[in-house]
This record gives sequence, C-alpha cells and structure tokens, in this order.
Amino acid sequence: MLQSFLFLLVAGAASWFAWKGFSRVWRNIQLGKPEKIGGEKAQRWRNVLLVAMGQQKMFKNWLPAVLHLFIYVAFVITQVELLEIFVDGIFGTHRFFATYLGGFYTFVISSIEVLSVLAFVATVIFLARRNLLRVPRFWKPEMKGFPFRDANLILLGEIILITGIFCMNGGDKVLQIRGVEHYHLTGNFAVSTWLGPALFGGLSDATVMVIERFGWWLHIFTVFGFLCYLPYSKHLHIILAFPNTWYARLTVKGHMENMPEIQKEVRLMMGLPPLPSPEGVGGAPDENAPGELPEFGANDVLSLSWLNILQAYSCTECGRCTAVCPANITGKKLSPRKVMMDVRDRAEEVGAQVASGKQQVASYDDGKSLFDRITPEELHACTTCNACVEACPVLINPLEIILEMRRHEILTQSAGPAEWLPMFNSIENAGAAWAMSEAREAWRD
Amino acid sequence: MLAKTIAELQAEGRTPEILFWVGCAGSFDARAQKVTRALCEILNHAGVEFAILGNEERCTGDPARRAGNEFLFQMTATMNIETLNMYGVKKIVTACPHCFNTLKNEYPELGGHYEVVHHTQLLNELIANGKLKLKEGGDFKGRRITYHDSCYLGRANDVYEAPRALLETLDVDLVEMKRSRKNGLCCGAGGAQMWKEDEPGNKRISTERIEEALETNPTAVVANCPFCLTMLQDGLKAKEKNEQIPVYDLSEMILSRL
Repeated sequence: MLQSFLFLLVAGAASWFAWKGFSRVWRNIQLGKPEKIGGEKAQRWRNVLLVAMGQQKMFKNWLPAVLHLFIYVAFVITQVELLEIFVDGIFGTHRFFATYLGGFYTFVISSIEVLSVLAFVATVIFLARRNLLRVPRFWKPEMKGFPFRDANLILLGEIILITGIFCMNGGDKVLQIRGVEHYHLTGNFAVSTWLGPALFGGLSDATVMVIERFGWWLHIFTVFGFLCYLPYSKHLHIILAFPNTWYARLTVKGHMENMPEIQKEVRLMMGLPPLPSPEGVGGAPDENAPGELPEFGANDVLSLSWLNILQAYSCTECGRCTAVCPANITGKKLSPRKVMMDVRDRAEEVGAQVASGKQQVASYDDGKSLFDRITPEELHACTTCNACVEACPVLINPLEIILEMRRHEILTQSAGPAEWLPMFNSIENAGAAWAMSEAREAWRD
Repeated sequence: MLAKTIAELQAEGRTPEILFWVGCAGSFDARAQKVTRALCEILNHAGVEFAILGNEERCTGDPARRAGNEFLFQMTATMNIETLNMYGVKKIVTACPHCFNTLKNEYPELGGHYEVVHHTQLLNELIANGKLKLKEGGDFKGRRITYHDSCYLGRANDVYEAPRALLETLDVDLVEMKRSRKNGLCCGAGGAQMWKEDEPGNKRISTERIEEALETNPTAVVANCPFCLTMLQDGLKAKEKNEQIPVYDLSEMILSRL
C-alpha cells in the first residue's frame, strides 16, 4: 500500500513537471509564424519511417550509427518493462506480466537485458569519444558550458537506468533461485541469471531484497527524471525527431522558399497581373498597418516559421552539420549547429518574456533580436552548399534560417556586405552579375 | 557563327528545339566562355537546332536571391520569364548549375515552367540516342582524373550520375575524392561568395578542396560549373600546381573526342 501511494505520488509529481516543460516547448514553437505544412503524406511517412525510426541518415557513419542504434532499440524495447513497473507500482503486484506471458516474458526481458548490455557498452564508448578521444565536433565553442554538461548528464543517466535494471533483475533472480516467497519463477533471463548470483550471491536475502527494490526505484526515478529533464535538454530529439521528419520540407534542397508578398509587389511595379496563386499566397504587405514599413526576412524567432523553431528544439547538437560546413572547416565563425542552438535559446528567452506577461507577441520588443546571437559575420560566411542540410540525421535545415536572416539584413535593414552592392547594381541595371562593357553574346564572334 | 539568338532564328522562320541558357559567367568570364563555345560546337556537331537569348538574357537572380535580395531576384526573374514565355521556350540547357537550379526549381512558382537540363545530362542524352558520335581513343583515355561535384548540381538537385556517365564514356581512370557525391565539399563560390572576400578564417575553401583533389594524385580535375572552375583553378594556383594540372569542364573533354 505504502509503495503504491509513494509510486503514485512520484508519478503524479513527475507528470506535472514534465507537462509544464513540454507545454513550454509547444508554446515556444508556436511563437514562429504560422505556416500550413502537409500533403504528400506517403513521402512524409517514408521520412518518419526511414529517417526517424530507421535512422537511415545516421548510417553515413556506421560506428556511431550502430552504437546509437543499440541505445535506441534498448530504449524502445525497455518500454515493455517500464509498463510493467507502472502496473506493479500502482497495483502493488510483482512482475505482473510474468504470470500471463510465461515463456514470452522470459524472452522479452532477456531481449531487454541483451540490448541493455549493448546500450551500456555504447554509452561508455560515447562518453569516451566525447571526453577522452575528444571528437572535434563535440569541442566547438558553442558546446562550452551547459551543452557539454547536458550531453554527459544524459549519458550518465543512461548508465544509471541500465544499472537499475540489472540490480532489479539480478536481485530478483537470486531471490527466485533461493525460492524466497513472492519472487515467483520467471525463467532464465539472458544476463541477470548469471550476473545476479555473480554480484549478489553472497548477500543475505534481506540485503538482496533491498537491492532489488533499490534497482526498481532507481530505474523508475531515473525515467521520471529523464521525462522532466527532456524539455530542457538536447535529448528532446528522442521525441521531436518524429514530428520533425514528418514536417521537413519535401522540395529539392536547391529550392529556396518563395516570398509571395514581394512577388506581388514586383509584378505590380512591372505592370503585370498577379499570378494565380497557390493557397496562402499573397497579401502579406496588406497585413501591415498603413504607413508601417513591412518587415521582410527574419530577425527573430517571431519572424521565422514555426518549423524553424521545431527544428531548433529537435536538434541534439551532434554537430554533423558543423563538421561538414565548408566555412567552419576553414576556420570561419559560422557553425550551422550554433545557428540552431541560438534559435532555440532565443525562443526560450522570448517565450519566457511572453509567458510572464512582460511582453505580448504582437508588440514584442525586448531590445534584442536573433542578430545578437547570430552575427552578420556568421551569416555572410555561408556558401549555401546544403552540406549541413544533407548531414542532419533528423532533416533539420539550418540554411533556411541563415537565408531568412540574410533577407532581413538586405531587405529590412538595408545592410549586408558592401561588396555585394556592385553585383546588385549590375544585375538591376545591366542584367548581369558583373558590370561588363561588351555585349552579352560577344563570346560567339 | 557558333550560335544564333532565338530572335535571329525566328526571323528565319525557325524554332529551336532547345534554348541554351548561357548565364553571366558563360557570357563574360573568359574561362567560362571557353565552355560556352565548346558546348555550342558540340551542339552544332550533333545537329541540334538550338538558340541563345543573347542580350535578352539576364542574370537568373541566383546570387541576388542567396545574398538576401529578394526584390532584385523577383525583378530579374520575372523579366526573364516574360522573355522566355514570349518566345515560347519549352526546353532549356545550361552549363551553369546555379542557373540550372534557379530555372528548374524557382521559376515555376513565378510562372516559368520549362524542361531544364544541365549540359552533362543533355550530352549523355545525345550520346545515347546516337546524335553525338565520339571518336575512339582521345586525350583522356585511361588518364587519372578526379571529379568535383558542384553543390547546385549535386546536393541541390541530386544529379550525380550524368557527369560520371560522361567520364565513363571518355574512358578515364576516375579517382573519387574522399568527400564526393552527397558528401562533396563546396568550392567556396556559392551563396554569392563569388562576389565578396572570405570572412575571417584560417584557409580558403578552394584550398581545402583542391588539397583533397590533389590527394588523388590526378592529371586533371573535372568540374561541371563555371564558378567551381574558377575556384578550383584558384586553389591550384595557391598550391602552384596550375601549370601541371588543368581543370576541365566536361563539355571540353567531350569536344576533344569529336
């Protein structure tokens, strides 16, 4: 009874904290401009199944891919044991599923155990790669401080989760073998059948019972801890990778988002009739109050698409984008990962201001913008090569944000590299990207 | 004359089967002009009835758009689309992956719907349907060569095989760089970088790329983009290898086999 009460109390508190955290993320994503994204469901399902569930893009680099897969599959399959912990926790039962599933139960728990061992090995290797081998992408400037601790904390948490499982199962097996009442036989588990006696064989029944309960609580406490921590961590990708791959743009990478409001203006200026427009196109300049200059491009999360913010929260800071960025490789300040982290951190900042009632979304002005985090120098270093987009294992697009900010720089701030002005002037006045004296077709003579 | 404008052709009462979009680099850059002429010679040799827009062609707007100047992009793009639609253009070939990408992927939303092919795709087509017959042997047979994927033909549009198929036709000994196809490294020119100095850093991107190309110990480097040509040549110059190792466009290599 006491255990059930305690369990419900902890579960309730954790759910409440987690709910608050996830609502915050959901609210912050909606700070972005509304945009309808959908259609082509077959391709979207393909992306979710292959890229998110199948981890297709991870396999560009097979070693981390395989290790990551161990942790991922272990996580998914452990949900069965977690479900049992919930049932046992609420109803005060012990290994509730064992009675009903029989041999299949032994098989499932054994699979969890084998994968937990693999996940344990993977986690240790990941910790070593990060902290001892110092894989360069984990040691870029944007990884200092919280991102560094965040990554290690998650890995440590995984080790604790696995420790909990083996204390619980190992203790249980020892007590089963000794025929202690209440610990009914569940068949031989692949790992704890030998690991349990090896570790706890020499201890008294009472001590082993404590270890078994300790493992059980340790596991469930860590799970609840994870749940509450997720909305503050890069680890949120375990959830957001799925919607993120669903909503990813399906156009070829070379395609840049059109700006129908400017298209409309330009056609008007040139005396051309408006084009028959697809859904949602046009109108943007009219939405501005009369006399107010329209803002083009993005200087803040409020002027980005909600999709950009979803992508920022989906980023797990692996840095594959930054590792392939030609600008970053050659020592420029640009890091596509930092762009995503900056957008997320700014969304947190703006979201907090709005939630506390200090600012309204419609009139938001805290004297800061995304440009305080992402500098023109970073934006100007981009070659729009799409390597970052190609590299992302969950279909995040840092390039779209860079280009939206470039648009703001040029169209709204009338800023940008001075060297681009001759090119702009030449295209406008002579129709060529360079100012040339000879005729365009002079090469044929 | 290597090529007629569409206006000249129509004055003769003829309609081209394909429009050759020359682009700013192909029109004005001395190195890229050679590619333009090579492609014209090939098309003439194959008996393809083609035309250019001549002075009615404007920049597609790619560098303006990627720099962030959407107004300018929309202006120049709309003018181009008006011209193309006026002449009833259906199919376009271009030797510039940036023009290719803009014409193919960004003009439709602005009212310009055309079948757009990169010249490496067209050359394969011409060879496959027998219009273009290549002589045996040639300068490149068996030569150790490395191929640079341009971002705008490669990642941006997933065209990796057409240029490689041409290299196979040429019977070269193709040695891939470590970063190739989807993982190819940029030459450093895209996103309007061509028109500005590099941001502060410790290396030029073109140097990084050419070092990788040199690791394959090639006798020549092959590209499919006028901007890559420039950047790769700059890289070779920086390494003082520009005398020994030439950079070719695929059309120039095909031309040598006619």
